Amino acid sequence: MPDEVIDCRGQRCPLPVIAAARRLPQLPVGTVVRVLADDPAAAVDLPAWCRMRGQEFLGSVKGPDGPAYDIRRRH
Amino acid sequence: MSASPVYLDAATAAPMHPVARQALLAAFDDGWADPGKLYSQARRARQLLDAAREATALTLGVRADEVSFTPSGTTAAHGAVLGGLAGRRRVGSTLVHSAIEHSAVLHASERHVAAGGTATGVPVDRVGRLDVTAWSAAVRAPGVALAALITASHEVGTVQPVAEAAAVCAEAGVPLYVDAAQSVGRVPLPAGWSVLSASAHKWGGPPGVGVLAVRKGTRWESPWPADEREGGRTPGVVNLPAVVAAAASLRAAAADAAAEAARLAPLVDRIRARVAADVPDVEVVGDPVLRLPHLVTFSCLYVDGEALLHALDRRGFAVSSGSSCTSSTLRPSHVLEAMGVLSHGNVRVSLHRETTEADVERFLGELPGIVAELRADAGVVGL
Ligand SMILES: Cc1ncc(COP(=O)(O)O)c(C=O)c1O
Repeated sequence: MPDEVIDCRGQRCPLPVIAAARRLPQLPVGTVVRVLADDPAAAVDLPAWCRMRGQEFLGSVKGPDGPAYDIRRRH
Repeated sequence: MSASPVYLDAATAAPMHPVARQALLAAFDDGWADPGKLYSQARRARQLLDAAREATALTLGVRADEVSFTPSGTTAAHGAVLGGLAGRRRVGSTLVHSAIEHSAVLHASERHVAAGGTATGVPVDRVGRLDVTAWSAAVRAPGVALAALITASHEVGTVQPVAEAAAVCAEAGVPLYVDAAQSVGRVPLPAGWSVLSASAHKWGGPPGVGVLAVRKGTRWESPWPADEREGGRTPGVVNLPAVVAAAASLRAAAADAAAEAARLAPLVDRIRARVAADVPDVEVVGDPVLRLPHLVTFSCLYVDGEALLHALDRRGFAVSSGSSCTSSTLRPSHVLEAMGVLSHGNVRVSLHRETTEADVERFLGELPGIVAELRADAGVVGL
């Protein structure tokens, strides 16, 4: 289960990635954040951002709130 | 702002070659009659069409009767896919294609699937190169009618392992269709294909001319309503002046191709190196070595692709983008998606025979400031 949820529904690229990049460093290492994002680009760009920044992309989930992506702060 | 324009979108449409312009104007005087008729004006038109076909066949390394001129690269791709599937429907109904084909190929595939056929997409790696192991498994599966592989990616420039893919196809007895739109007139063509398509406005010919080549012995059946013109492969009268101009400019482009590639490839290398060095948080994508000589792509973290295109346009730079906000469907480029690389803030720069070193230097000089300004406006500096 995620420790925190960021709701980026209705936001277009690159806003969901920016939201994740703002929030993650404010949380302790190991924290899992779930990003809710219905822009199809988020499915590509959130994993790519994790790779570029050395953070951990845990995977995507399709829930009642639409597509969601889990990210863990690794450093 | 009154910056002099720098056109860097040759992969969409190259500026018309001077030879194309001359041939086009001459053919307006001489090549307006219907080449299928039996009077002298028609005979002259027929001569022009035959000469255009001979010249194009020579450049492609095929026989003249294997070449048809179509109304666009898109129609050539549609015909290649649907005709290749129709010709082998007794063998099976599966189309194998790479995940990074042009939308023309993917849309033809969707049509095939909607009509009850199947399609298998084959993945690429992070640099956009075909997974040959997955390709082999897909091509060897039972019921494969046709395999489709782009010769080099129109979005990221990565050259595909066509020879390896063709060897697999030959062994499995499956014909290979190659979309060579970004290669014809620029780089040598790979061997081993049965069907090929190309597009004249990519090599400096006029827009609205495609080429479909079907090698002898290939089971290919026209998917269109019957029409005897162009070897029965594409219906309707050809735009003869444009075809004449396309053939003339192809000959000119092919003659200069090696020298142009030697001139442009170092400029592309310079763009790859300098963008990576001068723009923070940028991902330069595509294979660094096995790539087209004229095309380079990168993505800028936290930058809106549409805003970047507009900002570049205001400074006089015409480029293309695979970012979702720049597409009519609001989906990111399926090519960037298949590669798993950043899709926002994406820019494709493609060079042509009129591109100078000074153009590239001006672009490289202005890009970092433009990106920095957009990031400052969006409040994402230091993220
Ligand atoms: C690889 C590729 N295939 C096909 C096409 C379609 O060609 P046309 O623009 O002539 O319809 C293009 C151009 O967009 C292309 O780059």
